[in-house]
Amino acid sequence: MKNLLYSTIFIFLALFTGTANAQEDMMNLLNKQDKPAIDYTTATFKTTKVVVGESSENPPTGNMLFLITHHFGALNTGYENLFGLKQATIRLGLEYGVTDWLGFGVGLNTLQNTWDGFLKIKALRQSKGARRMPLTLTIFGSTAIYTTKWSDPSRKNYFTSRISYASQLIIARKFGERFSFQLAPTYVHVNLVATPDDHNNIFALGAGGRFKITQRVSINAEYYYLFPNQIKSTPAYSSFSAGIDIETGGHVFQIFLTNAMGENLETIITQTTGTWFNGNIFLGFNISRIFTIVKPKQFRKTE
Amino acid sequence: MKKLIILIGCMLFLSFTVSAQKFITKTGHIKFFSESPLEKIEAHNRQVNAALDVATGDFVFKVLLKSFEFEKALMQEHFNENYVESDKFPNATFMGKVINIKDVNIGKDGVYDVVVEGKLTIHGVTQQISQKGSFEVKQGKIAVKAKFSILLSDYGIKIPAAVANNISKSVETSIDANLDLFNQTSR
Repeated sequence: MKNLLYSTIFIFLALFTGTANAQEDMMNLLNKQDKPAIDYTTATFKTTKVVVGESSENPPTGNMLFLITHHFGALNTGYENLFGLKQATIRLGLEYGVTDWLGFGVGLNTLQNTWDGFLKIKALRQSKGARRMPLTLTIFGSTAIYTTKWSDPSRKNYFTSRISYASQLIIARKFGERFSFQLAPTYVHVNLVATPDDHNNIFALGAGGRFKITQRVSINAEYYYLFPNQIKSTPAYSSFSAGIDIETGGHVFQIFLTNAMGENLETIITQTTGTWFNGNIFLGFNISRIFTIVKPKQFRKTE
Repeated sequence: MKKLIILIGCMLFLSFTVSAQKFITKTGHIKFFSESPLEKIEAHNRQVNAALDVATGDFVFKVLLKSFEFEKALMQEHFNENYVESDKFPNATFMGKVINIKDVNIGKDGVYDVVVEGKLTIHGVTQQISQKGSFEVKQGKIAVKAKFSILLSDYGIKIPAAVANNISKSVETSIDANLDLFNQTSR
């Protein structure tokens, strides 16, 4: 009986080692010695904007992004104004990726000559493999200062009166290859508001998504819900923006329609004065171009 | 019971002697290079896994595509997202044989020309290939070197017309891997 057991084991082992493909075995050996790596999700969004608002992305490490944002005038201004083509609101921005988790940027807006500066920190990065993280969490903080002439002579012109702040948590996830989605609870603080009825602290909730239709083209949409009864002296609405992203080599073009006239977050949240329903829609585009400033280590010696 | 111990002992010994003929690395280097009128693209991967059995000539490679590093971050993103689609096909593999392994004398230092044949899988497409290379044996280690070109269309990697002038249709690939004797007992 024992002999039978031994011979069974022997035959089994012999068969097993004999039939297994030697190359498969060696491949398994490689798989075993391969340390599982953290596989970070890339390109949740193609650029740092979903449409008009921030996306969870920063420029890659060592890369500078030059971003031109351009909104024409409102469509409902009629033929006399060529449906808004005669006007433009522009923001010129520069952004830099310091590390894979830290980015910063500055911008100049033609709307009220507003300068803005921001920091963007990726606190969590979506990944699989050795570390599984279902979401990317980006913390965005910015300051905006408008620098046009003081318009109200009855009020003293304090420098601080020109400042507003925006902060945002961007919770993003790439669901598979084609679809990405983010939620962005947003808090804006305006130092000086028009009347005592207006709140200084404004809350909004953003939601944005990207759906890839080809390797290089995607449809993006974004909604910022402005919680009611915060801004009373001027009309203020939620904003909706939708457009397409076209990627060509080092550029990303975004062409869209939006009811937000502003181009920095403080303005988008607090100064969206019209709605889609009354035709207060702006045609706009973003052009972003990326430049490598600091090359990866192994490429620095060559050239 | 004794018999069983002897038997297992024999098998362990056998498997040890077999594995003693295996050479392995996890820090092999693959470089690829594409030059077109408009753009020069170069990428390096220094985490290439390879194993060679000098008794049988069996030779395998495994390359994690996300480990390729490019000069421009955007190239790297495009490589992974649009060309090799590394989320769908994370690895490139080669499984084959050194057909003239008999010519290689591990006991004697020197450079040996070898011919390798087998199946190369990139982007989920497998092609039978045959390439020449060299093994340099030095103090019981083997330095594997090979240079060949890969035609992207063979592996279903499409280049859109818009960037056809930026990316050449075939990429020069060079392999440089130092294989050490695989010591099972040390693991």
